[in-house]
Amino acid sequence: MYKKEVRGELILGNKSYGDITKDILRHQEAGAKTPLWWWIAFIISFILMSIGLGYFVPLTIAKGIGIWGNNNQTAWGWAIINFVWWIGIGHAGTAFSIFLLVLRQKWRTSINRAAEAMTIFAVLAAGLFPAIHVGRPWDEMFIFPYGPNSRGLWVNWNSPLLWDVIAISTYLTTSALFWYIGMIPDFATIRDRSKGLKKKIFHALSLGFVGHLKTWRRFEDAVIIIGGLAAPLVISVHSIVSTDFSVSVLPGWHETIFPPFFVVGAIFSGFAMVLTLMIIIRKVYKLHEYVTDDHLDAIARIIMFVSLIMGSAYLIEEFIAYYSASPFEKHVFLEMYLKGDYALPYWGMVIFNAFVPQLFWFKKIRRSLLALFIISIIINIGMWLERYNIVIPPTAQDFLPANWGEYSPTKVDIWIYLGTLGLFGVGVLLFMRFLPIMAMNELKQQAKRQTSLTVEKSVYDIFEKKLIK
Amino acid sequence: MKKYWRSLEEYDIVRQGNMPEPTEEFSTEGLTADEIKNKYKANRRDFLKLLGFSTAYAVAATSCQQPVRKAIPYLVRPENVTPGVANYYSTVMNDGYTFGSLLLKVRDGRPIKVEPNDLADYPGTNAIMQAGILDLYDTARLQYSSKKGNEISWDKAVSEIKAKLDELNAAGEKVYLIASTVNSPSFKKLLIGFVEKYPNVEIVYADPVDYSAIKEAYKNLTGKEIIPSFRFDKAKVIVGINADFLGTWLSPVEFSAQYAKGRDLTKGQKALSKHYQVESIMSLTGTNADERIIIKPAEELKIVAKLYNEIAKVTGKATVNAPKCDKDISKIVKDLLKHKGQSLVVSGTNDTGIQTLVAGINKMLDNYGKTVDTARTFNLYQGGDKKLGEAFEQIKNGKAGGVMVMNINPFYEYPVDDKTKAAFGKLKLSVAFADRNDETASQMTYVLANSHYLESWGDAQPYSDTFMLQQPVINKLWDTHQPEEFFMKVLGESGDYQSYVQKYWEETLYPNAAGYNGFTDFWVKSLQNGIFKATMTPAEPTPADKKNEDKTAELKAENVPGGFAYVVNNQDKLLKFNKPQGEELVIYQKVHMQTGKYANNPWLQELPDPVTKVVWDNYVSVSPKYAEEKGLKQEDVVKVSYNGYEVELPVVIQPGQDNSTIAIAMGYGRKGAGPIGDGIGKAVTGFIQIKDGKRFYSRIPAKIEKTGKTYTIASTQTHHTMEGRDIVRETTLENWKKDPTHGNEKHQYYLKKLKGITLYKHGYNPEDYPGHHWGMSIDLNKCTGCSACIVACQVENNIAIVGKDEVKKKRIMHWLRIDRYYSQEENELHSPVQENPEVVHQPVMCQHCDNAPCENVCPVAATPHTREGLNSMAYNRCIGTRYCMNNCPYKVRRFNWYNFVEGGDYNYLFNDEIKRMVLNPDVVVRQRGVVEKCTMCIQRIQEGKLRAKSEGRQLKDGEIKLACEQACPTGAITFGDMNNPESRVIKLFDDPRAYGLLEELHTLPSVVYLTKVRNKEHVDFDYSIDAHGGEHTEGHREEHHG
Repeated sequence: MYKKEVRGELILGNKSYGDITKDILRHQEAGAKTPLWWWIAFIISFILMSIGLGYFVPLTIAKGIGIWGNNNQTAWGWAIINFVWWIGIGHAGTAFSIFLLVLRQKWRTSINRAAEAMTIFAVLAAGLFPAIHVGRPWDEMFIFPYGPNSRGLWVNWNSPLLWDVIAISTYLTTSALFWYIGMIPDFATIRDRSKGLKKKIFHALSLGFVGHLKTWRRFEDAVIIIGGLAAPLVISVHSIVSTDFSVSVLPGWHETIFPPFFVVGAIFSGFAMVLTLMIIIRKVYKLHEYVTDDHLDAIARIIMFVSLIMGSAYLIEEFIAYYSASPFEKHVFLEMYLKGDYALPYWGMVIFNAFVPQLFWFKKIRRSLLALFIISIIINIGMWLERYNIVIPPTAQDFLPANWGEYSPTKVDIWIYLGTLGLFGVGVLLFMRFLPIMAMNELKQQAKRQTSLTVEKSVYDIFEKKLIK
Repeated sequence: MKKYWRSLEEYDIVRQGNMPEPTEEFSTEGLTADEIKNKYKANRRDFLKLLGFSTAYAVAATSCQQPVRKAIPYLVRPENVTPGVANYYSTVMNDGYTFGSLLLKVRDGRPIKVEPNDLADYPGTNAIMQAGILDLYDTARLQYSSKKGNEISWDKAVSEIKAKLDELNAAGEKVYLIASTVNSPSFKKLLIGFVEKYPNVEIVYADPVDYSAIKEAYKNLTGKEIIPSFRFDKAKVIVGINADFLGTWLSPVEFSAQYAKGRDLTKGQKALSKHYQVESIMSLTGTNADERIIIKPAEELKIVAKLYNEIAKVTGKATVNAPKCDKDISKIVKDLLKHKGQSLVVSGTNDTGIQTLVAGINKMLDNYGKTVDTARTFNLYQGGDKKLGEAFEQIKNGKAGGVMVMNINPFYEYPVDDKTKAAFGKLKLSVAFADRNDETASQMTYVLANSHYLESWGDAQPYSDTFMLQQPVINKLWDTHQPEEFFMKVLGESGDYQSYVQKYWEETLYPNAAGYNGFTDFWVKSLQNGIFKATMTPAEPTPADKKNEDKTAELKAENVPGGFAYVVNNQDKLLKFNKPQGEELVIYQKVHMQTGKYANNPWLQELPDPVTKVVWDNYVSVSPKYAEEKGLKQEDVVKVSYNGYEVELPVVIQPGQDNSTIAIAMGYGRKGAGPIGDGIGKAVTGFIQIKDGKRFYSRIPAKIEKTGKTYTIASTQTHHTMEGRDIVRETTLENWKKDPTHGNEKHQYYLKKLKGITLYKHGYNPEDYPGHHWGMSIDLNKCTGCSACIVACQVENNIAIVGKDEVKKKRIMHWLRIDRYYSQEENELHSPVQENPEVVHQPVMCQHCDNAPCENVCPVAATPHTREGLNSMAYNRCIGTRYCMNNCPYKVRRFNWYNFVEGGDYNYLFNDEIKRMVLNPDVVVRQRGVVEKCTMCIQRIQEGKLRAKSEGRQLKDGEIKLACEQACPTGAITFGDMNNPESRVIKLFDDPRAYGLLEELHTLPSVVYLTKVRNKEHVDFDYSIDAHGGEHTEGHREEHHG
């Protein structure tokens, strides 16, 4: 519930509805010039995507997984690290949007759209990895339990990988739907304000939304219903991803803490990515009146709290390994992580994820755009390291020491990762260029809620619009 | 004009004259012929359309074309060939390098697998025999004979050589026939005939590795220049002195089988043989020793002399003069003396003094006729380097007219100087009988292409009383001939060599055979069995006898060899004590590469060395302490030089090696082995010293210096300790006697406390396995780590060879691997560098868990459990998520990272039309992107089951043998049906020593391991069950010693 006295003003500058529309759509209205930074960022992202996904992915499919660094001991490598990492990032949008929606936290309004968009592209980037990671991608349909079963074989419902496929595809569909439905009123706004082909496109996209009271009601019902349905998915998708590991027998993987640990980690990395993205959007589109310092402060507080959970999870893992007295567990947690071959990524992870975000206790840091930006990047590096620590060391040194080996990625691994970064970048940049980056309809509701906007002012807006026309 | 109609309706129309107009387009009505022509003339557009269409069609049609597969059925079925059913033929691998009595599996006319001949005294194979099958299909083999590098027909070559021989004979010019040891009696007869016809020919036998010191030693001691046969199974105390008798020395397969009999605790025996190994480098044999003493190579003679003197003192023989030796060998002396007639001392050093003393020790210990049989001589490696050296000297000095080199590669195996090599070029006749254009053959004028042993007839006499027959199992692949054919042709013998062998057997051996129904019966049975044991040694005419007699007569005049007196009198001449002189280089043989003859065999190249686990290379191995002192790290390249010869090789740090010894394996750096073997590693022939006229492989005072370079070494195992986990469980004999579960207490705890406890319903339910339930037992006490099983598995299951780079990336495909761990007594752990660790070998393959972690994580159910307890793989279903590989605690699953089959980059086996013939048609080759692993030779299980079914009987225990089990010379692996209460395997499962690897994970493995038991105490060796109870006090022992 929004309480002005608690949250303060969420939209600054005493904006009128018209101001909001203009501010949000400024960059994509007819006549808006595509800025130079956009082109530079887009070209870089596009090149990364083209090389990574356009060349190295087909190369992998043509030659085999052998061109990656994986081996018989560490059968999963960078691909799975990156998969889990992207899924984690892909968590934030929906988590952010839906949890705050369900909890009626109104400060979500200026952020949820971008966060949702980010989710879609992150999940797309994530979904790529399992698809190209299998040995025979041309037989991937075996994994789908589809009806006309001419092969006479059914899938193995015991396997977490199958749960994965179902969880991720459900999550992707639901998130995309939620994102799209939320944009319908804004599409209608764009439709009304544009001409020609653009009008036709947005006419189709807005599904005939005209702003009747009934339409609004159905729209709000749809959003809350899909949001309610999607909320458990946010929990389930990363829990299920975590079962890829926790269902196994490997020391370091076989842990009951994994499902909540993964969900928390996902929210953590997702929020950090939201922070990164919102700082950029706020900066380049000069939307500091919508993404206020208070907004960023709120995100930073959440991150700080989640970071405490992460830290205690790390502690619990170590304690349980010690308490279990299992030589295998102890080797992974007390030898390899703390002082062994993987001490560097482990301590990197601990410092980046558990200690650095504690700086947010200081208001100065919470209010410093630069500090927020740097820490958000550090957290995402830390979360990547966490996934590295989960995927690589337990397989590299497991039960029989004779098998122990090393893993190092090849340039193909690195390029495919860069390629997914490019894909994410291209997606986000296109979104920033062509779609409403903030939920205008919700912002307007918020604006109405927080200020004493008079009907007159609204009426004046309408008149003004007509006059312009 | 006639009107045509098709139906009644049309008829009506036609009748009424309302015939419909032809459509405009095709109407020709009212047009002149030219107009018609113009109307239907194809224009440019039409042409282009047609062209486009036909090109597109052609592209579409040809791109869909399937590759042509050649499969031509038999028009007339050959006798004994049933498609899909294998035939087995006994034969002998006897090429002067490796000897084995074998059974060849032939499928559809192709030999595809080597198995040991069960009728042999000690059946078994080693890695080389197993891999040898691929040499048959090796395209690097010579495919025709040549003269100066140009193809020449064999007949023409033979007649030209014959003319040259006649010429040289007439001129009285000497011709040397340098050959590897011929133990085939019929070939020997043929050669005698040859020498009689050409008296100018002198046959010089030379071996890839010289063993002539043993022969000289026995001459010194017994008067007979022989290598006796050894019986490790009869020895209760075994002392190996730099002798890798389980790996490379003389007849390692037989010795392994014998050795394992003394290490077997599963058949009621309550004692173990005691094995001391005294050595400078960590050999395979050393890894199996109960106690291992590290010496410097230069100390060996001192220690042997001390041993000799200590025993001589007790047995009342004269001692020899020896410098003081401070190594404590009192335990060995006590044990040896306590087990007179039941002990065996062997040395692998090619030094007459050492070998003489060792032979003397055995004699003083009454071992002759028991563990050392001088009456049953060993007929392999009868070459003598002295004569070879003389021959080279003569050739070098231009005193020879010709040379023929047969089945041996002295230019690679013997340090031949450049002058001698040049002198070969000036000879009037130089002939090589070789299977490939190797270092020697490439220097000869005539090269006669040898047939492979599987394409040849022959016989063999490995021991004086044992005869074996060799038969071809495939038609010659190329225009090759076995050397015997050459001699037959030169001598004008009629018929082929088969008939010659047959005649020889009829004339010489058949009279010694009893119980046969005529010669044909004898011949057929011998051919079937492959082995004939003569009750008496048939007399064979050897002109050499006379020469020997002459020489003996000469020697008689001054000093009669044969006896302790001779040894003591000549000790100054025999015993040449050396002082250790800094670093000493030892050249040793690797178990799987030996002398490098089979270097072009990728199976052998990719087989990890049983001790270092390094593949595809040789290297300089040094001790950890030495490396520390010199600041050397693994993979640092060092330059080793001696006497003008130098090589640059990477360093491998080998625990258990002497601190001043560096060792390099021979058999690498080949230049004529073939495209796979050439250029792998470095040759060390240049380091071999000629001492006393014999090749001497150790005590080389080589210099070693750092180069600052590094070189990547691919090793299948990079971590060498067990991290305190009980993976290999070990105990000592003393403890085992008190409590057979000693060292294996965890299994008892597991059985009593853990086995039934589970949160889940999954677990072992006997009802799940109504028929068979396959299981396997591996006796760690019998496994020597020789790695024959790895190659056998690879051959049987068409496992891909991946090459060094992929092995380095830990992508080796072997389904069966042998883990090797070093261990140390706890009180010795304070030393940072393990000086003399104990070693354990543990074969690990898929454990076929009844609660398999890999099975439930496969999303597509590609690896289900069968009703017979096997963890199976459906390759067609596998999409390659590799989750199963991660979740396998044993890490035995292998992924096809590339298309190793028909993939252009992997030209080891699968991409060669001819080499592909070695593939087992019962086992599918795996596509890129699927996971594979041990199937417990499911094809063999299926074959056995079907055979039993078609014969309407129950399957017998032991009827089905897995490839690894069958190849194992020591019988460490036992496979069987756990549901059969009488099976051997279920008895072994109940053995108190049995445990499952990582059984605490509740995987319910179908493979059990039996604890390794080391004989640490001076307990009496007793074969009888529970005779004395093994209680011996120190005083008691002293009394014995007394």
